[in-house]
Amino acid sequence: MLEQYIGATVMFIMAIGIACGMVFMTSVLGPKRHFAEKMEPFECGEKQIVSPHQRFSVKFYLVAVLFVLFDIEAVFFFPWAILFKKLGMFGFVEMLFFIIILGVGLCYVWIKGGLDWE
Amino acid sequence: MFVDFLITLVKILFIFGVTVGFFAPVLTWVERKQSAIMQDRIGANRADILGFTAFGLFHIIADALKMFTKEDFIPRGANKALHTLSPIVALIPALITFAVIPFGGVYTLFGKEVNLVISDLDVGLLFIFAVASIATYGYVIAGWSSNNNWSLLGSIRVAAQMISYEVTMGLTIIGILMVYGTMRLTEIGAIQEDFWRWGIFLQPVGFFLFFAASIAENKRIPFDAPEAESELVAGYFTEYSGLKFGMFFMAEFVEMVTIGAIVTLLFFGGWNLPFVTMDGILSMFDFLGETGANIIALLIHVGVFFAKVCFFIFFQMIVRWTLPRFRYDQIMKLGWKILLPLSLANILITGAVILALE
Repeated sequence: MLEQYIGATVMFIMAIGIACGMVFMTSVLGPKRHFAEKMEPFECGEKQIVSPHQRFSVKFYLVAVLFVLFDIEAVFFFPWAILFKKLGMFGFVEMLFFIIILGVGLCYVWIKGGLDWE
Repeated sequence: MFVDFLITLVKILFIFGVTVGFFAPVLTWVERKQSAIMQDRIGANRADILGFTAFGLFHIIADALKMFTKEDFIPRGANKALHTLSPIVALIPALITFAVIPFGGVYTLFGKEVNLVISDLDVGLLFIFAVASIATYGYVIAGWSSNNNWSLLGSIRVAAQMISYEVTMGLTIIGILMVYGTMRLTEIGAIQEDFWRWGIFLQPVGFFLFFAASIAENKRIPFDAPEAESELVAGYFTEYSGLKFGMFFMAEFVEMVTIGAIVTLLFFGGWNLPFVTMDGILSMFDFLGETGANIIALLIHVGVFFAKVCFFIFFQMIVRWTLPRFRYDQIMKLGWKILLPLSLANILITGAVILALE
C-alpha cells in the first residue's frame, strides 16, 4: 500500500535538494556589496512611506472564507463521483439536492454582494 | 526490489531531466522568440559564441550564468528566514506534481513489467491538487516577508486568485472522475486507448473550464494581475534577485509543462495515438521480438505524449501573447460568477447524460 509512495518520496527529497542547492549556490556565488541606500525596499526610488504590514481590504478575507466553504463541498464530491455509476439514480438525486443547497448558498452570497469587487 | 528502485530512480532522473533540464531553460528562449515572431520583431539574437548566434539559443546559457552570479539581495526589514524559504516552497510543488503523471503505458522489457509513472497512486488526481495548492504558501510568504508594498499587494492578490480558481479546478475534475470512475491516472490514460473515449469528447466544457482555471492557477497572462509589471513592478517577487528570482520563474515554466501534461492526460488521450492500440503496435513490430516491439511502443508513446505536451505549452504561450491582461475585479468575477456556476452545471449535466445513456 505505502509502496506506491516510494517514488514520490524519493522525488520529494531530490526536489528539496535541488531547491536548497539553488538557494545555497546563489548565496555563495554572487557578490556582496551592501550599503544603506541599496538595502531599502524598492518603492520606485522614493523612501518607504508606510510599512506594508498593515490592514488590507476585507474582501480578501471574504474570498478565503468562501474558498474554504466551496472547497470542502468539492471534497464531498470526489468519492461520490468515483462511485457515481454504481450508485445510479439514487446517487444522482441525492447529489442533486446537495448541489441545489450549494447553489442557493452561492446565490445568497452573490445577491448580498459578496462576490463584487468595485 | 533493488531493480524496482533503480527503475524508479531512472524515471525520476528522466522527469527532472525533461522538466528542469530541458523544458524550463528552453521555454525561456521559446517565449522570447515566439513573442518576437508574433510581434514582428527580430527577438533574442545577441548572445553569441565566436560569432555564432544559433537563433539566440545561447541566451539560455547567458541567462543562467547571469542568475548564478548576481547578488543575493534581501532588503532592510525583511524577514530573512522566510524570504529565503519562500522560493523553496514555491519550487518544490512544481517539481513533484509530475510524480503521479504517467508519460507512457505498461511495457514488458526483458521479462519485467515497467510502468512509466514514478508513483502510481490510487489517489493520483487528489495528489496533484494537494501538492499544487501548497505552492500558494510560497508566493504568499514571498510577498509578506519582503517588507515591500508592491510585494504585499501582489501576494494577497495571488492568494485570492489561486484559491478562487482552485475551487473551479476541483469541481471541473469531478466531471472527469464521473465518466472514468477512477482517480488513478494510469487507468485514465489506459481507458483513452479508445479514441472516442478521449476526455475532450466526454467532457468538452470541462476542458475549457479546466484550461482557463489552470492558466489562472499558474498566474500567466491574461491572469497575471499578481505580478503585473505595469501595476505592481513585479508583484510578489519584486525583492528577489539572482537564482531566487530564477526559482520563481522556473516554477512557472515547470508548471506550464505540468499543466500541458495534465490536460494531455485527462482530455487528449495521454500517450495514445488516435485509432492505434498498444496491441496494434506490438503486432506490427512483432519481428523484433517481444522486448524490441515493446521498446518501439515505449518510444512512440513517450514521443506522442511529449509532442502533445509541447502543443499545449505552445498554446499557453499563444494565449499569453494574444490576450491583454484582465483587471483584477474581472478575474475574480470570471472565477466566481462564471466558471464556478458553469462547473456546477457541468457536473449536473454530466450526471444526467450518464444516467440517460445507461
